[in-house]
Amino acid sequence: MSTDTFERPSDMAAPANPDDPFLIVEDLTVKFPTHDGLVQAVTDLSYTVERGKTLGIVGESGSGKSVSSMAVLGLHDPKHTRLSGSIRVNGQEVIGAPEDHMRKIRGNSIAMIFQDALTALHPFYTIGDQISEGYRIHHRVSKSDAKKRAIEMLDRVGIPQANRRVDDYPHQFSGGMRQRAMIAMALVNDPQLLIADEPTTALDVTVQAQILDLLQDLQREFNSAVIIITHDLGVVAELADTTMVMYGGRAVEYGATREILTHPEMPYSWGLLGSIPDVSTDAEARLVPIPGNPPSLLNPPTGCSFHPRCPHVDKVPGDLCRTTLPDLTPGDRGDNHLKRCHLANPGEIYAVEVLPEIAPDLIDPETGEMIPELAAVDPDEV
Amino acid sequence: MTGFIVRRILSSILVVILTSMFVFVLFFKGLGDSPAVNYCEKLGPGKCTTAKLDSIKHQMGFDKSLASNYATWAKGIFVGRDKVYVDGKEYECPAPCLGISIMTGNTVTHDLKQKYPATLTLAVGGATMYLVLGVLLGSLAARWRGTLADRLLVGSSLIVSSVPFYLVALLAWIYLSLQLKIFPETGYYPISENPAKTISWMMLPWLVIGLTNCTSYARFTRGQMVETLNEDYIRTAQAKGVKTNRVLFKHALRAAIVPVITIFGLDFATLLAGTIFTERIFSIDGIGNWGLTALSTPIDINVVSATVLVSAILVVVANLLVDILYSFLDPRVSIA
Repeated sequence: MSTDTFERPSDMAAPANPDDPFLIVEDLTVKFPTHDGLVQAVTDLSYTVERGKTLGIVGESGSGKSVSSMAVLGLHDPKHTRLSGSIRVNGQEVIGAPEDHMRKIRGNSIAMIFQDALTALHPFYTIGDQISEGYRIHHRVSKSDAKKRAIEMLDRVGIPQANRRVDDYPHQFSGGMRQRAMIAMALVNDPQLLIADEPTTALDVTVQAQILDLLQDLQREFNSAVIIITHDLGVVAELADTTMVMYGGRAVEYGATREILTHPEMPYSWGLLGSIPDVSTDAEARLVPIPGNPPSLLNPPTGCSFHPRCPHVDKVPGDLCRTTLPDLTPGDRGDNHLKRCHLANPGEIYAVEVLPEIAPDLIDPETGEMIPELAAVDPDEV
Repeated sequence: MTGFIVRRILSSILVVILTSMFVFVLFFKGLGDSPAVNYCEKLGPGKCTTAKLDSIKHQMGFDKSLASNYATWAKGIFVGRDKVYVDGKEYECPAPCLGISIMTGNTVTHDLKQKYPATLTLAVGGATMYLVLGVLLGSLAARWRGTLADRLLVGSSLIVSSVPFYLVALLAWIYLSLQLKIFPETGYYPISENPAKTISWMMLPWLVIGLTNCTSYARFTRGQMVETLNEDYIRTAQAKGVKTNRVLFKHALRAAIVPVITIFGLDFATLLAGTIFTERIFSIDGIGNWGLTALSTPIDINVVSATVLVSAILVVVANLLVDILYSFLDPRVSIA
């Protein structure tokens, strides 16, 4: 099954270095001009995803997670969007690429799974029609061959009696099956990059786990790069090799998932960790919501965009949080862990002030310090 | 599915029966025995004696009760009537008997059969034109929403809908037919004899109906399309690499067309029941014009009842068809 059906336009024939990451995003900025002003959805975002690896993008609604990945597929209406920076897919620049070129990438080398499969699938076409349509766009095959492929894919994602269910409409599927069908549709052309935008948010917990397992299996099988967009840190812990935390359209923390989850260095990440309920831990553990609302993208706050909600602003001298935007720089723990925060000693504040409140069982009651072995808890169990 | 259709057909029949009753009762009560009196007075001075009038009333059934008159009329539709008296003459009226037309002295059924092809041709052509034009313009306006072309369409639809229809039809006839002679002849030419002539005669009325009605369809389609284009499944189609035109006309239009078809079914039924202005202005000998003529004194009551009955049946059938069609258009709707 060849996926190389898209031709590289000659004017951007940059030979892809096979060692380079499959996706390189550099200084991506996405702005939407509106009647009320310019919405700064994504600002100076940079990340890479390698083949066979998974990047988790975490953040609340409006943090720019989805907007940035839609840009990778060039799905923003150029008339109503201002894009700058660079997105290179397999060495080829996507920003400014002609529509014809983008259409050959979409659904072919890059595929996307959307959040709510009920609304993301066309209600009036059968599941089989929708999967085989995607296949036939990028492969010259007959309708019956495409249908066979659709059945094969449905079978692969675990739909029982796929040859019968292929003729069902989306509303005849259960929520979990719809999401499986959605995944089958995304994988029909063996994409090298799969972007999953909140793939489990609309599902109940048992089905969530099944879908995540399925995604993991498929990734191993196809060695594709995966971006998983979520606000659920559990999903990130389960799937992602690297994690990027986004806030107000910017990356605020970026590094190996285990690092980010065990030694977060940015107060917003602490807030995210503090707001996860966990039935297995100490009853003393408090569920701490992040105060306030997501920032306005029309009039972003000055300085660090998190400062209006940050309880640690006072610890930074000279009103720096309100006046100066911190850079995304390596923290105390090396170059593989970037954070955007003025705090000088985030590790200490996390261990002393934050952890005892959100996870008292990780603190040694004698010394009042973080238990080292527990602190380095396996990310799979977070 | 079958159960639903049977239930709907039964309730449709009930609606038709009730409509026929209302029409019959209202006119019978309203006009009373005036048809008998009118005829009696026409006999000449001194000839309309009380005995004569009574015998005319008896002939025409005015001495019987309302219910028995309705029963005779309704029964006639199914089995026909042997003797029907109009103006002292005796007529035979085979089933389906809707009475005798005073204007022509023919059975109403005979006249209806003669007039209906013109109305049918006008309605089918006009409706096709406004549906196709409206949906096409509306889809394109949705695609280019916010542009000058889109605003022109929305603006022109406001203008068109604020000009009375008869004015448009009249001006079109005066200028395009009478003055410029682009469409030298209008009217209905029997389609079985010369279809080309039928088309050329009907083209102007079709265009007038099509163009005046298409703007509202364009606006409605545009609204539905704009809404549909914001749906998640449109983004999914784009993310699959589907071409823009296919996204528009296959994915979006497929969903947006459903409510348009619903409205269309009812509008089409109205057209089928006859268009008075269009038929009158373009001298089309259809049932709209026929019904209008029947209203001049003395009122040709049987013709009026027949046109009302035909309209009622058409609207009821159109409703039924739209409901059944809906379940085919939208697989989520199960009417079992």
